[in-house]
Amino acid sequence: MTAKILRPQREVGIVGYGAYVPRYRLPAREINRVWHGSMGGLPVQEKAVAGPDEDTFTMGLEAARNALARAAISPEELRAVWVGSESHPYAVKPTGTLLADALGAAPSVQAGDWEFACKAGTEAMVAAMGLVGSGMADYALVVGADTAQGRPGDALEYTAASGAAAFILGPAENALARILASYSYVTDTPDFWRREGEKYPSHGQRFTGEPAYFHHILQAGRTLLEALDMTPEDFTYAVFHQPNTKFPQRVARMLGFSQEQIAAGLLVPRIGNTYSASAMIGLTAILDVAQPGDRIFMVSFGSGAGSDAFALEVTEALLERRDNAPHTEDYIARRTEIDYGLYVRYRAKLAE
Amino acid sequence: MELARLWRSKKQRYTLQGEVCPNCQAKIFPPRDVCPVCKEEARTEFTFSGRGKVVAFTTVTQPPHGYEGQAPYVVALIELEEGPRLTAQLTDLGQEEPYIGMPVEMVTRKLRAVEGKRGILVYGYKFRPRLPWR
Amino acid sequence: MREVWIVGIGATPVREHWDRSLRDLAWEAMEKALNEAAGLRPQALFVGNMFGPLLSRQAHLATLLADYAGFAGIEAVTVEAASASGAAALRQAYLAVASGALDTALVVGVEKMTDKVGTEVEWAMSTLLDADYEAEPGLTPAAQAAWLMQLYRERYDAPEDAFMPFALLAHQHGVGNPYAMFRRAIGEKHYRGASVVSPPLTIFDMAPYADGAAAVFLAARDLLPPQLPQRPVRIAGSAAATDTLALHDRQDPLAFEAARASFARALQQAGIAREDVDFFEPFDLFAVYVPLTLEAVGFAAPGTAWEDARHRFGLDGHLPILTLGGQKARGFPGAASGVYQVVEAVWQLRGQAGDNQIPQARWGVVQALGGPASTAFTHVLAAASPEAAT
Repeated sequence: MTAKILRPQREVGIVGYGAYVPRYRLPAREINRVWHGSMGGLPVQEKAVAGPDEDTFTMGLEAARNALARAAISPEELRAVWVGSESHPYAVKPTGTLLADALGAAPSVQAGDWEFACKAGTEAMVAAMGLVGSGMADYALVVGADTAQGRPGDALEYTAASGAAAFILGPAENALARILASYSYVTDTPDFWRREGEKYPSHGQRFTGEPAYFHHILQAGRTLLEALDMTPEDFTYAVFHQPNTKFPQRVARMLGFSQEQIAAGLLVPRIGNTYSASAMIGLTAILDVAQPGDRIFMVSFGSGAGSDAFALEVTEALLERRDNAPHTEDYIARRTEIDYGLYVRYRAKLAE
Repeated sequence: MELARLWRSKKQRYTLQGEVCPNCQAKIFPPRDVCPVCKEEARTEFTFSGRGKVVAFTTVTQPPHGYEGQAPYVVALIELEEGPRLTAQLTDLGQEEPYIGMPVEMVTRKLRAVEGKRGILVYGYKFRPRLPWR
Repeated sequence: MREVWIVGIGATPVREHWDRSLRDLAWEAMEKALNEAAGLRPQALFVGNMFGPLLSRQAHLATLLADYAGFAGIEAVTVEAASASGAAALRQAYLAVASGALDTALVVGVEKMTDKVGTEVEWAMSTLLDADYEAEPGLTPAAQAAWLMQLYRERYDAPEDAFMPFALLAHQHGVGNPYAMFRRAIGEKHYRGASVVSPPLTIFDMAPYADGAAAVFLAARDLLPPQLPQRPVRIAGSAAATDTLALHDRQDPLAFEAARASFARALQQAGIAREDVDFFEPFDLFAVYVPLTLEAVGFAAPGTAWEDARHRFGLDGHLPILTLGGQKARGFPGAASGVYQVVEAVWQLRGQAGDNQIPQARWGVVQALGGPASTAFTHVLAAASPEAAT
């Protein structure tokens, strides 16, 4: 097959990044206690839960403010504010304009919302590569953020978490990490969906694994590696979409990556699946510890279905700017455990 | 609906945009166009750092209409690093007890939903205990 | 400026008047005041009201009340200054008569707090605040008063129960007020066991919302009929002052500068000194307003008003306050409160305060506050000299 990898004419990189994880944690054993009589396996230790006054906009805004602090550019220099999420606060009315105005990026800016289940944020990232790579814009902000919904009692409830990650893409010469190339692989695969007007998503249970998650990540990942003529050994770190603890570990093995390579970015056991932020927030945690010259491999996955694969290389600038904002671990360390009752209130599970 | 009233104050609510007096350099929030210190005209925009400390606080248990779903919530008198004081909710307290002098920082949060599920969402500043980092 | 006299007063009991409307309540108070005015007719009606439009869906209240009272044709206007609206209406009427623009005027303060209930009333109360910068973040007047309690205790190292004497005094004095909502003294145990509204503020640190109307009839001195059924009372001083609307904009939130300024001006106009005041009616919508007021106007040194307060400010004390129960025991009928304070002071100056009578009361001072002294109206009332009392 012909490798359709994406490489802009003008080299593009991540010039700023930021994460946000809300303070509250719901332990998986608490869900297990309420719904399964404390019997059965736990897909994660706990998940991050947004407070009652938080949503995709507020979390995305904090992540974006952190990204701006690391990019060390003024918000007026942004020419796109794109937000990927499946939990936008409004069905109609963009999160992008809220974010652009609150950041000080409005009005001369592209702003809009992206939806592609858990890969909406990385889809926007590819678009931002195009915008900056074409020379039409110098800087573009992409945000992946979600307050993920899981039906009470559903297996998803263990992992459906809240969090946000933001990247500012810009010219490679100002980058903290250069993007070597990307490749996307999409098919119509009905593994997970939420119909218009429904509060909670539905999913294909075991069908979400082999034909969906694994197939798309493997295809995207292998294609990009082949096209770049690289192997997993060429990378210091790798991060994959993290719907639970096992899937990313297994897909890493299948692609030939070691558990050491994915350790820094594997946040799901401690914060759950942050959906559109999942792979992206893993990347923020890697950038918090990576060294110049390190290469990072990232593959997202969004149900429905598709994967975006990226190869990145860290520059010297990372060391100068990464302490301009809180590290992802600083947010994870800020932890208050809540019980199921408070969780029900915070996420308005009882509201009609 | 109070669309216009809420819309026109968004800069103040999202980012603590106030003013600085070009005459005496006093920082002003909320903006008032006449400097409260020297009484000269002050229209130069100034965005506050968002860092401050708690001067007084209490918990609202009998909320006004529109805030029912939030009670009990903590409202505080905050003194900004640049001088002015303002009124804001404290959020993300977790199990921390607020105290007089508590260092706090501004975050932008959902203040309320107008008319339940059908109306607009009002976002604005709240303050949280400073995130420990570095 | 002409001398202005109060020739008639009237009020309704303060209650949850579920079965009575704004016009019913106002008319009862107005009719009583008119009945004392020996046939004088008002040239204008000044209405103090703040929540008619918000809670009863009624604007243009003054015209409605003039019409309802059978005065259609006279000048009528509603005056709004938050919880001081009644006092503001009195001052506008006073100014009109004192200036010679009018010879007589009727003032009525009226409020229906119960036409809505629960959070809707709290919402209306929150309109006393700066809408964009206090109410929008979720502040309530009670929460704001809780801050003041905390700040006061912090600054002066005052004990937890520093505000208790003012609640106890009010309830003790409310026993003797036939119009009061609560006519039962409370003890320290009641106070300490009260349910919390906004810590440390409990239900005993704030006045209960209620309905009511109070009216006073004003006339220029030259018009005083030779035979009045009741002794008239002279308005010897009237003054108003404002501070920042929002508490957060104050240099010192405990200063109550408007309370100080309006008090000083009103006494100066009356030509009396603080020591001449026989009793004082401060505005105890929240108990903490009382020590802040007493200290602002100079009846107590900063941080000390609560000390031994039940003796110093009791009916037998050096300066009796809240002599008929204040807002705490009489109840807080919104804008009408400022007029109730005047009606109660007139009882004292006429010698009609019953068990609560301050002997030989000659000078009474009443003060109504809009919000936490964002506005303050002070009136000095003087008992008629024996000659004037006919």
